[in-house]
Amino acid sequence: MRGGQGTTRAPVLQFTNCRILRGGALLREDLWVREGRILDPEKLFFDERRVADEQRDCGGCILAPGFIDVQINGGFGVDFSKTTENVGSGVALVAQRILSHGVTSFCPTLVTSPPEIYHKVLPQIPVKSGGPHGAGVLGVHLEGPFISQEKRGAHPEAHLRSFEARAFHDVLATYGPLDNVRIVTLAPELGRSHEVIQALTAQGICVSLGHSVADLQAAEEAVQSGATFITHLFNAMLPFHHRDPGIVGLLTSDRLPPGRCIFYGMIADGIHTNPAALRIAYRAHPQGLVLVTDAVPALGLGNGRHTLGQQDVEVDGLTAYVAGPQFPRAWPLCSQGTKTLCGSIAPMDVCVRHFLQATGCSVEAALEAASLHPAQLLGLEKSKGSLDFGADAGEAPRRRDPAKGWVRAQTLWCLMTPSESRPPTSPVSWCGRRRKPGYNQGLRLERMPGPSWTLTWRAVGGAGLQRASWDPPSRWALPEPQVTLEAVTWINVQPAGLTLSLGVACRAAYPGLH
Amino acid sequence: MRLVILDNYDLASEWAAKYICNRIIQFKPGQDRYFTLGLPTGSTPLGCYKKLIEYHKSGDLSFKYVKTFNMDEYVGLPRNHPESYHSYMWNNFFKHIDIDPNNAHILDGNAADLQAECDAFEKKIKEAGGIDLFVGGMGPDGHIAFNEPGASLVSRTRLKTLIYSKVPTMALTVGVGTVMDAREVMILITGAHKAFALYKAIEEGVNHMWTVSAFQQHPRTIFVCDEDATLELRVKTVKYFKGLMHVHNKLVDPLHSMKEGN
Repeated sequence: MRGGQGTTRAPVLQFTNCRILRGGALLREDLWVREGRILDPEKLFFDERRVADEQRDCGGCILAPGFIDVQINGGFGVDFSKTTENVGSGVALVAQRILSHGVTSFCPTLVTSPPEIYHKVLPQIPVKSGGPHGAGVLGVHLEGPFISQEKRGAHPEAHLRSFEARAFHDVLATYGPLDNVRIVTLAPELGRSHEVIQALTAQGICVSLGHSVADLQAAEEAVQSGATFITHLFNAMLPFHHRDPGIVGLLTSDRLPPGRCIFYGMIADGIHTNPAALRIAYRAHPQGLVLVTDAVPALGLGNGRHTLGQQDVEVDGLTAYVAGPQFPRAWPLCSQGTKTLCGSIAPMDVCVRHFLQATGCSVEAALEAASLHPAQLLGLEKSKGSLDFGADAGEAPRRRDPAKGWVRAQTLWCLMTPSESRPPTSPVSWCGRRRKPGYNQGLRLERMPGPSWTLTWRAVGGAGLQRASWDPPSRWALPEPQVTLEAVTWINVQPAGLTLSLGVACRAAYPGLH
Repeated sequence: MRLVILDNYDLASEWAAKYICNRIIQFKPGQDRYFTLGLPTGSTPLGCYKKLIEYHKSGDLSFKYVKTFNMDEYVGLPRNHPESYHSYMWNNFFKHIDIDPNNAHILDGNAADLQAECDAFEKKIKEAGGIDLFVGGMGPDGHIAFNEPGASLVSRTRLKTLIYSKVPTMALTVGVGTVMDAREVMILITGAHKAFALYKAIEEGVNHMWTVSAFQQHPRTIFVCDEDATLELRVKTVKYFKGLMHVHNKLVDPLHSMKEGN
């Protein structure tokens, strides 16, 4: 008897020779996909009497569900909180670029901004499915302006607000229609927060506690009203105190509604949280840990000065600080800038790897912290964050080499350590640790002469000659400096060697200035 | 009967897998010529299945032109239940090989009309031209498939009530007669707990209380055992058949491969 409902002639794709993350464990199983959904192969065999139409050998890699980033302020020069003529294309650019970090769904985050910005920008960021074109947009994360003045961090003081006067009406007046909103971060100690939390939760919006000086009791009451998330644990909240653990105490609180799991975001870039603190939080409540990037527009751009909402940001390596007043100085960073941390520029896969290293947890736990837990937070675990039958498959799954580097089904990405950098004038040999057999062995990069901001690299060998160029960030405080290349920090090779992208770390000097 | 005695479970599984491999390849299966195989479930054949998968993965054996018929299935158990024989066959065998799903036949324990399902199964076997090699196991009470002590030795595929099982309570099973119709039968018997039943099956008479004994009347039967399973046999019997091992080994050595020339 042939299968009835659900049979379709769409092609079935089978990923073989891989380990998949399913049910909290890495299993040696094949992954079957059809029409963007994970398929049950046993059903396919016995009910539909079919085999796979196409098989892809994964070379022993791990197949994990796409990461979900619930806090990302922008990247690659795009700032979600800035009104431009075309917010949509900025979101699309970020969506496309974070795919190579393994992120397949995200919540564009807007920092504290004046109401005009919300009214203009929010309608331009609709919920959107992901695919090969880019990660899916799950809804906007509004971080502020209903936050504590004391713990505002990098948020501009001038635009902080309260909803004491008219509670939820103030919220609506500030943000405008909430159709595209998925998460709202607020400080629960603000007056009438319970009404607001209840109203937001009733609309299906996830309420998160952050940028707050609330004590544990206020935080517990907020959770009882419906809050389910904590924005970047430890940062922008009162520190843990043994007689009043504050918001951090929610991780082990016994006053939470039964069956409710409190989730908490952590930026595991090695800078926002000391690894020991990361371990304490993880060991206290491993099921609730959600890895976020809190990435700023400078993500993927390299050192320099960029913006975040209404603020300027200085980037040095993996660290981003609120920028000090503008004046000529040697770059990358001078001590006259501030030391207030301002978002992060560590990509999600770096966060996952750092988290794995710092906590010593299993690979499965690290992967789930970036995929399953955020899916559970947003109530999407049936379709996202896992490789269970029926879940979305979306973009071809990301894979990771167990030893090193991140490999995506379509691209090969290998990191070089600083010790492998070469002086800019001589050819750079790429001895990447993870090689896709047969197509990029012996790849050599030579820097071609050209203007300093346009670095053209010729890849010799492997699939033949390719070109890549690196464009400077979109805005600079001063006229163009002299740039020297320090190191190639990452290499991204598209299939068949058609495109080669590079990440570079540079040093700039302003002639005649110090 | 051939009684093939190997030192341990792994060697017995390997011998059986090699034999099946050789039989399939020497049959030269093709587009209009399918090799029909009867298959068992349970813990005994697991090693054999693993070996067959190994031969397949190394390219020596293909199941493209093989039709399989399983012996039994529980009634009322959902097909994707981890204890169902569909799940067993999928996880332990089918998902690792290249058999066409249309050629893998297992009784459906959730069919509306169970007797009709059994009759249809018998019909499918007939339409496939009968079974070339029926591989089976034996229970500690000497049963084959779910043909428990007292089952008719000429029975066909039918519904049986299970007495040793609380849930599920019923199963569909091929009959002793169905297996006897196969052109060749191979029974795998390993472990000391099967020793007494093996003694009853081959050293005593044909008796419906030990249904495997029916194969004494089959023209081509092979019993593949490990040492432990022979513990209740006469020393004379064991010595006799061990003395024939050099003849038995010619059946598996050389091990043929589909890579050679065909």
